[in-house]
Amino acid sequence: MFDFISFIPRAVVQGIPLLLGSTGETLTEKSGNLNLGIPGIMYVGAISGVIGSFFYEQSGNFRPLPGILIPLGCCLLGSLLMGLLYCFLTVTLRANQNVTGLALTTFGVGFGNFFGGSLIKLSGSSLPSIILSATSNAFRTSLPAAEKAGVFGRLVLSYGFLAYVAVIIALTVAWVLNRTRVGLHLRAVGENPNTADAAGINVSKYKYIATCTGSMIAGLGGLYYVMDYASGVWANDAFGDRGWLAIALVIFTVWRPNVGVLASFLFGGLYILHMYIPSGMNLAVKELYKMLPYVVTIIVLVLSSLRNKRENQPPASLGLAYFREER
Amino acid sequence: MNNKTRTPLFHVSKRGLLPWYKAWAIRAAALLLALVACGVITSLVTGQNPIQVYAAIINGSFGSPRKIWVLLQNIAMLLCVSLAVTPAFRMRCWNLGAEGQALIGGLAAAACMILLGKTLPNWAVIACMCVASLAAGALWAAIPAVFKARWNTNETLFTLMMNYVATQLVAYYCVVWESPKGSGTIGVINPSTEIGWFPQIGSYKYLLNILIVAIVCVAMYIYLNYSKHGYEIAVVGESERTARYVGIKVDRVIIRTMLLSGAVCGLAGLLLVGSTNHTLTTTIVDGRGFTAVMVSWLAKFNPIWMILTSFLIVFLGRGSGEIATKFGLNRSFGDILTGLILFFIIGSEFFINYQIHFRKSGGKEG
Repeated sequence: MFDFISFIPRAVVQGIPLLLGSTGETLTEKSGNLNLGIPGIMYVGAISGVIGSFFYEQSGNFRPLPGILIPLGCCLLGSLLMGLLYCFLTVTLRANQNVTGLALTTFGVGFGNFFGGSLIKLSGSSLPSIILSATSNAFRTSLPAAEKAGVFGRLVLSYGFLAYVAVIIALTVAWVLNRTRVGLHLRAVGENPNTADAAGINVSKYKYIATCTGSMIAGLGGLYYVMDYASGVWANDAFGDRGWLAIALVIFTVWRPNVGVLASFLFGGLYILHMYIPSGMNLAVKELYKMLPYVVTIIVLVLSSLRNKRENQPPASLGLAYFREER
Repeated sequence: MNNKTRTPLFHVSKRGLLPWYKAWAIRAAALLLALVACGVITSLVTGQNPIQVYAAIINGSFGSPRKIWVLLQNIAMLLCVSLAVTPAFRMRCWNLGAEGQALIGGLAAAACMILLGKTLPNWAVIACMCVASLAAGALWAAIPAVFKARWNTNETLFTLMMNYVATQLVAYYCVVWESPKGSGTIGVINPSTEIGWFPQIGSYKYLLNILIVAIVCVAMYIYLNYSKHGYEIAVVGESERTARYVGIKVDRVIIRTMLLSGAVCGLAGLLLVGSTNHTLTTTIVDGRGFTAVMVSWLAKFNPIWMILTSFLIVFLGRGSGEIATKFGLNRSFGDILTGLILFFIIGSEFFINYQIHFRKSGGKEG
């Protein structure tokens, strides 16, 4: 019998970084910026948080509240800077978005691994990782009711606070995009910046704010991964290809963060499904299971283009720089 | 006139075509600035003087004959993948799936070496490898191309996803064909019989690769600039509507170009497996599929300039690797430097395409 009670919480913690990454990327893409730097930004977000909490833990007397706020602040700052860099290059200097994004990913992954490696050296540990257990405990504190509430408690209440924040952020972004004037303007910028400009919307401002906010949300995904999912253990390259999976999730949810809440848990489940296949089966098949999230994404991408419903399409000017004097 | 109208501090307008030497002067200036920035950062991190840092970079690429050959080999492979993505890019079809297409090409080559190695003579195996790799790469590119041409599916995202499907497929076969058992890696294929290994020219292990890529480079230049197909690609890239109006079958051009793109990626995979490594791993392409996007774009999609840009990227990569080992930093420092340099060059394109007019100081306008 497949053990759903232990599977679902693991799928959820696996899904939360993807949810944060894809919410950030959706917000970014709605402004017409295809930010392929998300994997790099998530790395930078994670390592910035790690750096912050590393020095705080080193300084002695650890208290939980600053122990949470310092990494959180560092993470937001690090990913904000990456978002600003991307915006400066693509919006102000109108550089090619694909190239900028890929360069940002190269830079971000290198940045993460370099400072990760340096901190490991500094801590003088024999293992190739940094362990921040105090900070992680603070991040992982769940409601005391979780253990008393039985199955419901394990499935719904057993996560650290960032998981709930992630769901709230996703729902908020969905609400802002679809139900507010700001969201309407933002979507207009992503669909047709010429029209938006003519209507008096400040295109650059919207692009900057959406992309930087999106980067900060995605950076939180990196932080959640290190502090909560990985119990405060940073090892180089451990984050893996989750950043790309987050971009896949954006397509899978057809640019809707509220759908993303459940879809990210589904992706998390698909990502770890290979650990749950019956033992005795060929080991190689595990590798094929890891393909699932990507195959599912491709199918969704193809189906949504086949059905050609207008509300399921990518923003029309996705990936294009806007220059007012160009017609 | 209305004195309250504020003149902005500067405004930006599009430039006409800059002469090529001016454009390249701007790029060279950006590169120089980038190198200065990298030198300063490295000195800050390591405490070494910058001259030593630059010496280490050069030493990393040109320090010994072996290093030079490795440099040339890496340039050739990166150039090959960059050449592969270029026709698609000229058509404004963002093929980000070069990584996967090259991997699948490599997988096909390895499959021929392993499965046919015992039954067929060496030359027949090599012939099979060539056909299989090119076909596999082309097929991998054709899947997104057909959907793009027929239903306008977003090719950037589709090809990106195909990379990971290819990676997992290779991971699967790595376990299926593992040797020795339980290692989870393939190891060197046919180590004793050397069946399916490409011949060496003289004593130079990498010369064959370099020559093949050089030929592909020239051929691609001619194909893109002097053939009817190349012209059609350019027209589709400039404006799909114009292309349709003058009677070019756009969907056919898209599929044909992506097939070519995938086949050249497959060639890169073939060379990596058959000629360089004689093995297959999931990381054999080593991110070249993504680096190639930058190489191709930096060279303005011109195959000849690509030799220069791929040299630049490989040179920096190897140089910063040398810095890392020499000064006891970790290897990822190279990625940081490469990223920094790319930001500078990406930024410099702005000054090539646009010009800034500052508000005339003192004079009251409007």
